[in-house]
Parts: sequence; structure tokens; C-alpha cells
Amino acid sequence: MREMISMIVVLTVLTAVSGGLLAAVRSGTMSRIEGQIFTYQLAPAMNEIFTDVKNNPAKEKFSLKFNDTEFNFYPAKLGDGSKAVAFETHGSGFAGPVGLMVGINLDTDSIVGARVTTHSETPGLGARAKDDPTFVSQFSGMSLDKKFAIRGDGGDIDGMSGATFTSKGVCLAAKEAKTIYRKLKPEILKKIQ
Amino acid sequence: MAQSLAKEFTKGLWAEIPPFRLVLGLCPTLAVTKSVENGIGMGLATTFVLVFSNLLISMLRNVIPSKVRIACYIVIIATFVTIVDLLMQAFTYPLYLKLGIFIPLIVVNCILLGRAEAFASKNSPIFSLADGLGIGIGYTLALGCLGGLREILGSGTITVWGGTPIFHMGAGYHPFAFMVQAPGAFVALGLMLCMMNLIGKK
Repeated sequence: MREMISMIVVLTVLTAVSGGLLAAVRSGTMSRIEGQIFTYQLAPAMNEIFTDVKNNPAKEKFSLKFNDTEFNFYPAKLGDGSKAVAFETHGSGFAGPVGLMVGINLDTDSIVGARVTTHSETPGLGARAKDDPTFVSQFSGMSLDKKFAIRGDGGDIDGMSGATFTSKGVCLAAKEAKTIYRKLKPEILKKIQ
Repeated sequence: MAQSLAKEFTKGLWAEIPPFRLVLGLCPTLAVTKSVENGIGMGLATTFVLVFSNLLISMLRNVIPSKVRIACYIVIIATFVTIVDLLMQAFTYPLYLKLGIFIPLIVVNCILLGRAEAFASKNSPIFSLADGLGIGIGYTLALGCLGGLREILGSGTITVWGGTPIFHMGAGYHPFAFMVQAPGAFVALGLMLCMMNLIGKK
């Protein structure tokens, strides 16, 4: 009996201390990790979306709340004079959330471009969404009135062969971007002025 | 039992070097040694976990009941692996992306549980620290050499931190591409083991 109690107590205390330690390290490194993710994932995606930009979107970033979640918005002045904004959304893919950086033109309400940022999809199949821009370049220039879904779901996007769930995940992320943009557009315009 | 402190430290550098003599930790050895940088990065991450887990397990060796010792060791090792994973994300993000899933897999690297069970659970903290440090550094050296061998033969250059190559085989060299793939890992491991046996056999 004493042995049983000592086993239970030792394991419980050990896991409790371990959990506390990990929570502390996580909150301690969280802001630095976000900075790294921005530098290595979000910024390159944004550079591919806004190829001709006159300002520095990263420096002018602002954040707004949507349904209790903070979103970072990166405003851009495009080469042809129009204003655009980029932000990251997530859609449920095959093996977890797929991050999508979406750039939307504020004057025409259409997508400037979209690029996958982070994902846990299968290399060679779902991972093609990030490695090969052919799939996500379908979103470039698309008006927000279009349905962001693969053809099997009634939309106009051609899914990637062998990566249906990942394709759906990217479309879900694009749809969420549309929802957030529509809801927050007045506030976005206010912040840019 | 433990001998002198220096002996415990240096045995990890040659006589009981992990992939070649202890024949432990082969899975990540074969997978991440495509380049020197990845090999050394992996070795350092493993050393960090090995040192701290050896130390903690040795300090708690009289408290952990024998029947749940494996579970306790795994909790301790997994905690430190998660810490090193978060630290790598925060400070060395490109290396974190390159090593990918092999960082969390350090938990099941046999070296850690092997040293915990064979040494740290039976020796004092200072000796366990020396053992962990020695074996960890030996592992890092082994991974670095293996990575170097595969990278030189397989791509003809050695590149560190994404900069310009610090070593180049010359323009006329045709690299053995298979050396940076799976079969090359086994061949390189075998070659190094052969060389170590030759040197050791004197």
C-alpha cells in the first residue's frame, strides 16, 4: 500500500512540476517565437503577394479583434496606387491548421494573392500547397464575391490531386479571410487613414 | 560503478561514443547528418537534454520508486526535449525548420533512456553530469564527422549557416548524390565504424 501511494505521489508531483515548468518556458518564449515566425514565414509570403509595394507593410502593422481573436493587419500601397491589406488566417487541413497569408485590395475588394505560411501537411502531397505556388495562385485577382471552394464543393478552385483535404483547408482559410475582411473593412479603412 | 570524474567524461568521446560504440541513437544519426550544420545542431540539442535529464534523474534517484522509474525518466526527458524545442523555435528558427520532427523524436533516442537507466539512476549527480556531458559531446562530434563526410562526398561543399561554402572540392568534382540520401547514410556509418575499428585495434 505504501509503495502504491509513493508511486502515485511521485509521478503526480513530477508531472505537475514539469507542466508548470513548460508553461513558464512557453510564455517566456512566446513573443520571440512569434517574431521568428513572422521573419521566416509571414514576411516571405507577404513579399510574394505584394510584389510591387511602395511602403513597408511590416512597420505599419496594426491589430484588430475578430470574435475575441487578435489579427495582425499589414497595410500596403501597391504600385498602381491602390491600397491593400494582408493578414493571416487558418483553415483545417489534413494534419492540422494550414496558415494562409491573404492580401486583399481595398479599392476593388478582390484578392491580390494568397500564400501558405505554416502547415503540417504531407510532404509531396499537401505540402505542395506551399512548395508549388500554382495552387494558391488561383486566388490571385479573384473577387470576394466568388465562392472559395474546390470544384467538388461547388466552387471554382481546382484542388490539388492527392491532396483534397489540404486544398479544402486552404479554401477554408480563404473563406475565413473573406468573412473577417467583410466584417472589419470599416475599421481597417479607419486605421489606414 | 563510477571511476574518476575525468574518466567518466572522456569515455563518451571515444571508448563509449554513442553511434559507433554504444550503437545507440542510430535513427536520428542517419536522418539528420545530411550536412555538418544539421548534425552538430542535433548533437547540441541532444547534449542539452542528456545533461539536464542525467542530472535531474541522478538527483531524484532515491526518490523515484523502482516500479515507475521508466515512466518518470520519460516525463523528465520529454520535459527537457520540449524546452529545447521551444528554445530552438525562439532562437534558431531556420535550424528548427531543418531538423523538423527529429527534435521531438529526441525523447525516444535510446541514448537518453539508456544513460538514465545504466548510469544516472546509480551514480551521484556530479558523475552523471560528467557522463551526460561526455557522451553528448561525443555524439555531437560523431554527428559532425558523419555529416561532414556525407556533405563533402554528396554535395562537394560544406556550408554553415547559409553562407558561402567554407570548403569546396573544386569545379571538376562530380558529387555522389546518393551520399546525402538514405543509402549513403548507412554506407558512411559503416565506413566510419571501419576506420574507428582500424585505429582502435592497434
